[in-house]
Amino acid sequence: MSDRTNITDIAEMAHAPAYNDDAANTGETRTLQIFRGDGEGGSLVPYEIELIEGMVVLDAVLKIQAEQAGDLAVRWNCKAAHCGSCSAEINGKPKLLCKSRVEEYDGQEIKVMPLQAFPVVKDLVSDVSWNYGVSAQIQPFNPGKEQAPFTMYEEDVERLYEPKKCIECFMCQDVCHVLRTHHKHPEFAGPRFFVRTQWLEMHPMDENNRLQFLKEGRGGVQYCNITKCCSEVCPVDIHITDNSIIPLKERVADEYYDPAKWLMRKIRGNRRNGSANGNGGTRASHKRAEIRTNG
Amino acid sequence: MAQSDAARSTTQVLNRLPWWTGPITVTTVLIGFGIYVTASLFLFDRSEYENYLSPFYSPPVGFPEWLPTWLTPAVFVLWIPLGFRATCYYYRKAYYRSFFWDPPACSSKAQQREPRSPENYRGETALFVLNNIHRYFLYGSLIVLVFLWYDTALAFLPQGSFGISLGSIIFLINVSLISAYTLSCHSLRHLIGGQVDCYSCVTGGNARRKAYNWLSVLNRQHALWAWLSLFSLLITDIYVRLLLAGAITDLRIL
Amino acid sequence: MIGAGGAGLRAAVAATERGLSVGVVTKSLLGKAHTVMAEGGIAASLGNVDPEDGWQTHFKDTMKSGKFINNWRMAEIFAKEAPDRVYELEQWGALFNRTPEGKISQRPFGAHTYRRLCHVGDRTGLELIRTMQEKVLATDTKVYMETTVTRLFQNDEGRVVGALAYTRETGKFIHFKAKAVVMATGGWGRIFKVTSNSWEGTGDGVMLAYHAGAELVDMEMMQFHPTGMVWPPGVRGLLVTEGVRGEGGLLKNSEGDRYMGNYDEERMELSSRDVVARANYTEVKEGRGSPHGGVYLDITHLGYDKIIQKLPTMHEQFLKLADIDISKEPMEVFPTVHYTMGGIKIDPETAASNVPGLFAAGEVAGGLHGANRLGGNSLSDLLVFGRRAGEGAAEYVKSNGYSTDIPESAVEEEKKRMLDPLQKQGEGENPYHLQQELQEVMMEHANLMRTGDSLKEGLGKVLALKDRLPNMKASGSTLFNPGWHAVQDVNNLVTISEVILRTALERTERRGAQWRLDFDGPDDDLGRVNFIVKEDAQGEVGIEKRDIPPMPEHLRRLFDENQDMSGGEKTGKESQF
Repeated sequence: MSDRTNITDIAEMAHAPAYNDDAANTGETRTLQIFRGDGEGGSLVPYEIELIEGMVVLDAVLKIQAEQAGDLAVRWNCKAAHCGSCSAEINGKPKLLCKSRVEEYDGQEIKVMPLQAFPVVKDLVSDVSWNYGVSAQIQPFNPGKEQAPFTMYEEDVERLYEPKKCIECFMCQDVCHVLRTHHKHPEFAGPRFFVRTQWLEMHPMDENNRLQFLKEGRGGVQYCNITKCCSEVCPVDIHITDNSIIPLKERVADEYYDPAKWLMRKIRGNRRNGSANGNGGTRASHKRAEIRTNG
Repeated sequence: MAQSDAARSTTQVLNRLPWWTGPITVTTVLIGFGIYVTASLFLFDRSEYENYLSPFYSPPVGFPEWLPTWLTPAVFVLWIPLGFRATCYYYRKAYYRSFFWDPPACSSKAQQREPRSPENYRGETALFVLNNIHRYFLYGSLIVLVFLWYDTALAFLPQGSFGISLGSIIFLINVSLISAYTLSCHSLRHLIGGQVDCYSCVTGGNARRKAYNWLSVLNRQHALWAWLSLFSLLITDIYVRLLLAGAITDLRIL
Repeated sequence: MIGAGGAGLRAAVAATERGLSVGVVTKSLLGKAHTVMAEGGIAASLGNVDPEDGWQTHFKDTMKSGKFINNWRMAEIFAKEAPDRVYELEQWGALFNRTPEGKISQRPFGAHTYRRLCHVGDRTGLELIRTMQEKVLATDTKVYMETTVTRLFQNDEGRVVGALAYTRETGKFIHFKAKAVVMATGGWGRIFKVTSNSWEGTGDGVMLAYHAGAELVDMEMMQFHPTGMVWPPGVRGLLVTEGVRGEGGLLKNSEGDRYMGNYDEERMELSSRDVVARANYTEVKEGRGSPHGGVYLDITHLGYDKIIQKLPTMHEQFLKLADIDISKEPMEVFPTVHYTMGGIKIDPETAASNVPGLFAAGEVAGGLHGANRLGGNSLSDLLVFGRRAGEGAAEYVKSNGYSTDIPESAVEEEKKRMLDPLQKQGEGENPYHLQQELQEVMMEHANLMRTGDSLKEGLGKVLALKDRLPNMKASGSTLFNPGWHAVQDVNNLVTISEVILRTALERTERRGAQWRLDFDGPDDDLGRVNFIVKEDAQGEVGIEKRDIPPMPEHLRRLFDENQDMSGGEKTGKESQF
């Protein structure tokens, strides 16, 4: 193949920028109030910036950082709402700074604060390392003796895609009153980790049982009173309460609070095997293939 | 799902309301409903008008003579749907937020108003652990639901032959909304498919998966069904009472 | 391990499994690495959808796309091992979309002969990094989050024996003593203004290695992704996944023409990235662009439901950030800097660099991709060579006994160098402004079409910037101070830019990502060499032209006779739809 490019023409143009950014300057200005301080305390400091079309709050913060306050601390990575680094609170609600357009706040003040459920490090950065510690305490995926490649059908795993979308922005953890107001960090895992536990528990190949962790261990799922603030703030639309926490609460109820299920287990003599009622417990892949061909 | 512009602007307006408007509204409605139910329990002993039976009193059970007369037969059945609602995952959210302010709303400001100190917050580990009984109320409610459908069928049979009137339509709407509310229950969803990890490994798995997926769609609007069915119950009962009191006559359509 | 993307974490797992005590150092939080931005999928010839596929075809595709300046041994290992690495991910809990037979589903992608990309919607990178992250968290590996490495320490023999780092949070210095270091720090896209890279893509790793005496290869090769967002300005350069074209997206110019037929009749939108990027660039430059200076990428014919199922992230990204519903309107796109094919030259078997004790894997390593990387090859690259680096390092540590002590004065000297910008009095250069200037220079002179004169002019400007580097100044303290951090980044970026401009001047031909307008086509002689860069004794950039060893018979046989092995554009079978 050959480019049909006319070399000399292109060479002329190759150095002109494709589009001139200046056209995007709106000529308007906007004031943002940004928390400046550290764990000891601090205050909201107003910064005035020039508005650019389609600007998100992170753009504004980075502009302030480049032009007015070089040491303004903010965490960010992908700037595309894929990594979940730039979580902070705008006007008291957790938001991804890269996904919040400045124009959404027309007619309102913009006050940017760091996440409050965790210790503030500096400016817009909080210390979220506690979360990784919790994560490490959840029993990892365990397919037992099964070796990949697994035979798994779309219909068995389709509901796992939702919890797997989580980008670990920790905004659900931030907004959860159990952590934020009641500081149950030592005994409560928080919505993010119920989301993770849910896919692990519902995975057709997983053999571990995390119900004890949820009920008696540091999971503390019973502390959740399903008031759904976590679902409201999720930037990737995981229905945390309905699809992760409540299904787990139901599984905990199966195991700990349901006399009929308890009786059935006694009669059958089998402890549950990673899923309630022994219902989904059959994991041998040959069995799966057998049913498949028969049905 | 993508929100329409209208829905988006409604959300924006709602977001700008002060945080306490939500909890106050819920509290008012729930208290109002409670007063009405209590009153009807103690004040009215008649619940049937021709072929209409108030949904509060279904299924009709005999009223033993040794019971004090200030009670009504409703006490024998009403605890089932009330218990179902009281332990429902949606209503739990509603009353934890509006009655207990645990928290009243999600914003930073609202959470600062949460009255309980960290030592006193027990979530659902203490008293409210009882809410785990929800599934048993569900089983009871499913039985009641069958009777409600039976009552609705009767509502379409004035004097033994088929006919449609305003009353029967109200009954039909009511029972449909109650069905939607009952079937969208989280515990039912769990029972049908939520507890199964591998559909292709269990007998009848495919049917269970389809039912689960269908219930999940219904479940997305559980709160909506909860409110609509609450109001439809109220309207149906009031309609029957108005007929009983002779204040209105049933509008016959067909 | 330095870097906690896919490669760093995979190396950590490999080294831990071999009984080593491993620490992972990362500039960001765990699980935020650039790997999450990989959307399309991970290329491995499982043959689940097209059973004809095998490692041979994957190898051929990789070599052809790299215009035969790739390291053929790396490509061979890569193509052979990729399937195992994918299965390993599944074993650790990763979940891919399934075929009706219950296997991992695979999608077509640019210049892959068969449907080869294992994917989960358009967030495959997230799945990979989360799986690796959870795997690492379940081991004893110690993770140092938000910690930046500033220098590698070497002993008298030149062995790497540790590194100095500071924590971003507090600015405290940590002296890591390590018998081996695996560099897995990713690329350096931040030298350009329009880039799909995050702030992290500052080439720390490649510069640490360079200053330690490592050889770098193919540094002139920067990949431009054909489709980056153009509007609004805040998201310019943000990636639009190749998956859009994989799912049938069409490229059109402002006249409504589906122009790819003029550039690659056979493969159309799914041609290799360098070709599509140049096509998009040319259309805009010749005046057939959209109002914001892009071309149109249209996926509306797929319908809302299919888009939500296959490209949910893209749908959301455009709706949220650009107010565009991609199920109703076409997207506006333009090439964006995406990937660096070049990097630290490594031994294919052990991922060892020429510096003893220093290993490299992932984007920071060079050689596998040659002149152009195939989409989806980077994710499998991370795992294949991540694992080899981990094992190579483990092997090296076990077979070598020596002390990791270095004189305290070296540590103190490095600390002093680091703190200098904070202690400067009076007026100094703003590092952010320097970085912006550098980005402008690179955009203008080292973009996807290059000429000798322009490269020379660019080099002059970069050298002028280099002279200003010592004047950089940061205000505030060491406590989470991005301005101070930026000083270090700019130092690295300027040197890398110099290296790129110099090597781009050397490669006087058109080959893959290196497109010299002042030369007509590929040069067969240059097709047999790599340009190797090494810091010389004076601290200047030394460039050596090194012959590529001939391909052994068993690999050469894979290419049929009429195949143009000089780097032309002929390809085999078309992707199936």
